[in-house]
Amino acid sequence: MTATVRRPTKRGGNGRHPLAKAPTGIPGLDEITNGGLPRGRPTLVCGGAGCGKSLLAMEFLVRGALEYDEPGVFMSFEETTDDLVENARSLGFDLPKLSTRRRLLLDYVHVEPGDLTESGEYDLEGLFIRLGHAIDSIGAKRVVLDTIELLFSALSDEFVLRAELARLFRWLKAKRVTAIVTGERRGDQLTRHGLEEFVSDCVILLDQRVTDQSATRRLRILKYRGSAHGGNEMPFLIDDHGLSVLPITSLGLAHQASTAHVSTGVVGLDGMFGRKGFYRGNSVLVSGTAGTGKSSVAAHFVDAACRRGERALYLAFEESPSQIARNMRSIGIDLEPWMRRDKLRILAQRPTALGLEAHLVAIHRVIADWKPRVVVVDPVTNMIAVGSETEVKAMLARLIDFMKLRQITALFTSLTEGGGAAERTDLGVSSLMDVWMVLGNLEENGERNRTIQIVKARGMAHSNQVREFVITGQGITLVDVSRRADGSVAIGSARGAQQRQQARAGIPEVRRRAK
Amino acid sequence: MKDGARPTWRLRLYVAGQTPKSIAALANLTRLCEGHLAGRYHIEVVDLLAQPHLAREDEIVVIPTLVRTQPLPIRTVVGDLSNEERVLVALGVMPRERGE
Repeated sequence: MTATVRRPTKRGGNGRHPLAKAPTGIPGLDEITNGGLPRGRPTLVCGGAGCGKSLLAMEFLVRGALEYDEPGVFMSFEETTDDLVENARSLGFDLPKLSTRRRLLLDYVHVEPGDLTESGEYDLEGLFIRLGHAIDSIGAKRVVLDTIELLFSALSDEFVLRAELARLFRWLKAKRVTAIVTGERRGDQLTRHGLEEFVSDCVILLDQRVTDQSATRRLRILKYRGSAHGGNEMPFLIDDHGLSVLPITSLGLAHQASTAHVSTGVVGLDGMFGRKGFYRGNSVLVSGTAGTGKSSVAAHFVDAACRRGERALYLAFEESPSQIARNMRSIGIDLEPWMRRDKLRILAQRPTALGLEAHLVAIHRVIADWKPRVVVVDPVTNMIAVGSETEVKAMLARLIDFMKLRQITALFTSLTEGGGAAERTDLGVSSLMDVWMVLGNLEENGERNRTIQIVKARGMAHSNQVREFVITGQGITLVDVSRRADGSVAIGSARGAQQRQQARAGIPEVRRRAK
Repeated sequence: MKDGARPTWRLRLYVAGQTPKSIAALANLTRLCEGHLAGRYHIEVVDLLAQPHLAREDEIVVIPTLVRTQPLPIRTVVGDLSNEERVLVALGVMPRERGE
């Protein structure tokens, strides 16, 4: 009756993983670790002071207790239990309640340099008994030691301490508890006293940097033995929901490509994509200079989604919801009923109001909680105001992957600076997009006419024409193409004249088919 | 110096079973008390293996740990107490003995 018992693979673990994992429940962290921390083994979480080590560790326990039925012991060498309770409250965690229900046990180990005199040989058996009793008394599956390195300041025999720590980590493994051990980073060393030499399975580094006067927190998996992991730095955020890691690049390109179609919402525009519109899950870029009608295209798209009964999320970085609603009403799109029926949510915020990461977290939360089928980001270029170009691009890539995975069709507008080439976006994000439409103004014969063209549309036959469109009280309408005898396309009043002339001559309108 | 009150020294020794260090600590402590505090000391041995909850309640990490609970203030010495002089100083016994 021994040996052949296979441990059941827990959720989050994929069946082929040789390593069982304990999900942290922290949004994003389980994605980049492919399911969580190594089950039954210690993980080292290190970083400078105030980088969020303790909070990460605490959330690991709280979520373990609440979501995975795994009680936990938090052994703190630094903060008193009152401090722990207070800090956790700011993340929305009620530690006293968890303690009363015996899902969590907090133990503050008071070690003060100079408190005790040493005389002769000693060991840390007291700590083992103390921790062992705590684990057994609530049936703990998770343990946090935060940060055990403080023992080095209270006790002078480093040789004994190192031997005892090595024994402690072996003992934790034998106890089959999933543990987080924190360590404080100093200089180019991961931890002050080289804890990393005892923890060979998983090492996570936290970091807080200040760029452009805003603090950015980052997380990196330095090591994860036996498991694939992303080595990238991931921004993370601590707010009143706890931690969120924004990892979505790790999802890679594994999403299912849909063959279902989603209407652009603009009469005639679907026809340019072989009559059906975008693929569901596409990311669409609509670029153009100021006043070319980008927001109007976005509003049509949103309106069509709501008409289909789908939820639409509109992230507005320039205008307030009421301003958007008013402007769109002027072109015959009434968004208010959708907002009243909660089919449409407009999230208006200047990007500078929050940091880049905070923005991304806010967006992710709404998407994860409210589950829209369609998302508009208007304009994505405003994001540059809060981050460097590479940061913004990386963030967008994550956002796009995140939405693709959920089969959300997303439309991004991008403002092109006047004078620049039309086929240029200020972010260089077009490579991330499946569909790219460029809106323009063509000045000819003393008038300014609106044009739209499809620069690319992955996996779809699409028109190569530069089409003219008008925005009227009934919204955007693509007008039929009219060609002169020399093959050039007549637009604006020239088109009108051309069409009248052709009608008189009985010549049928010449249409160029999509190639 | 007069010692009319002659306070009793209350000492608590925390051990974890009968380990060599624990046995040595108790032997060292007894010898030291007999030598310097004869007739006015009381030693209580607490075995944490038998009462594991006391490790947390009494804030014990290191084994062996000796705690002087009386006279106040509380003093703590860790180790097998083999360095007698350090123990005497820490417990506040030494200066008095020297002063005589």
